Amino acid sequence: MHVPDGFLDAPTSLATGAAAAGAVALALRGARRELDERTAPMAGLTAAFVFAVQMVNFPVGAGTSGHLMGGVLTAVLVGPWTAVLCMTVVLLVQALLFADGGLTALGTNVTLLGVVAIVVGYGVFRLLSAVLPRTRGGVLTAAGVGAFLSVPVAALVFVLLFALGAIADVPLGTVAAAMVGVHVLIGLGEAAITVAVLGAVLAVRPDLVHGAARLRRPADLAGRPAPAEAVTR
Amino acid sequence: MTAARRSRLFWLIGLGVTLVVAGVISWYASSSPDGLESAAEQAGFLGTARDSAVADSPLADYAVAGVGSERLSGGLAGVVGVVVTLLLAGGLALLLRRRGRARAGTGD
Repeated sequence: MHVPDGFLDAPTSLATGAAAAGAVALALRGARRELDERTAPMAGLTAAFVFAVQMVNFPVGAGTSGHLMGGVLTAVLVGPWTAVLCMTVVLLVQALLFADGGLTALGTNVTLLGVVAIVVGYGVFRLLSAVLPRTRGGVLTAAGVGAFLSVPVAALVFVLLFALGAIADVPLGTVAAAMVGVHVLIGLGEAAITVAVLGAVLAVRPDLVHGAARLRRPADLAGRPAPAEAVTR
Repeated sequence: MTAARRSRLFWLIGLGVTLVVAGVISWYASSSPDGLESAAEQAGFLGTARDSAVADSPLADYAVAGVGSERLSGGLAGVVGVVVTLLLAGGLALLLRRRGRARAGTGD
């Protein structure tokens, strides 16, 4: 879902640009708490991985394709603030080097893929994580549902922006139905890829998964057997 | 296997998979219009889309200008994108990271 130039008018594009800039400024502060010697390289690798996987469009129904957005996967791997920055870098590289997504639409794309998808998808992940069992299955289920929902919600927010400042004069109901219909299908792909990649990383390096911190036992972090009373809590 | 070797192996495999996805597997991507493009066509607003100001850039549309083979051109563009993204995002993260003995906070 890379919005090209020409879909939204200048005031709407300026507004999303301001919203995106504000979110990035907050993320630059918030990410400091998430990043250390160990997680900083993971942020670079995750952004590069999302760039790569976004090149691989998968078919959804006849004559349409979709690709991973990756916001929820990134947020669960490296933390939500860092994920906003990772997605912004991916979208910048795509827009500036590869002409993928418009330049005046850059703020819109950062808002949709880098902010809305992460706020909604990671929010759902956190809510579900609080009620699901603290197991690998629980983390993967929460991430999968968050990833799935992030796609149609981002599509709906595009429809909202379209209602505020579309260049074309077309019935909004048609736009909403077309956008949500196809993005529910793409969301299923988003969930499948998110769960598969997260499952693989959890299997080999659970310590590198920000969203799985609750799975780690105190004993693992302490690096020595914990006293019995410490693990009962 | 030592912890350090295991760790190095993770980064090597992660980077290797990323480069293979961008450089090789991307060739097999569906070329059908994506969700937004197809919805725009259905709803009748695809016509207002404008070419990006950088549509003539040497890497536009994930192809390296001047490389004859489409497959090689797309693969090279993918590898360039991965390297640039890795350096920018990784560099930014390294600049922002906590240094030294600072303990992990609650994050969010």
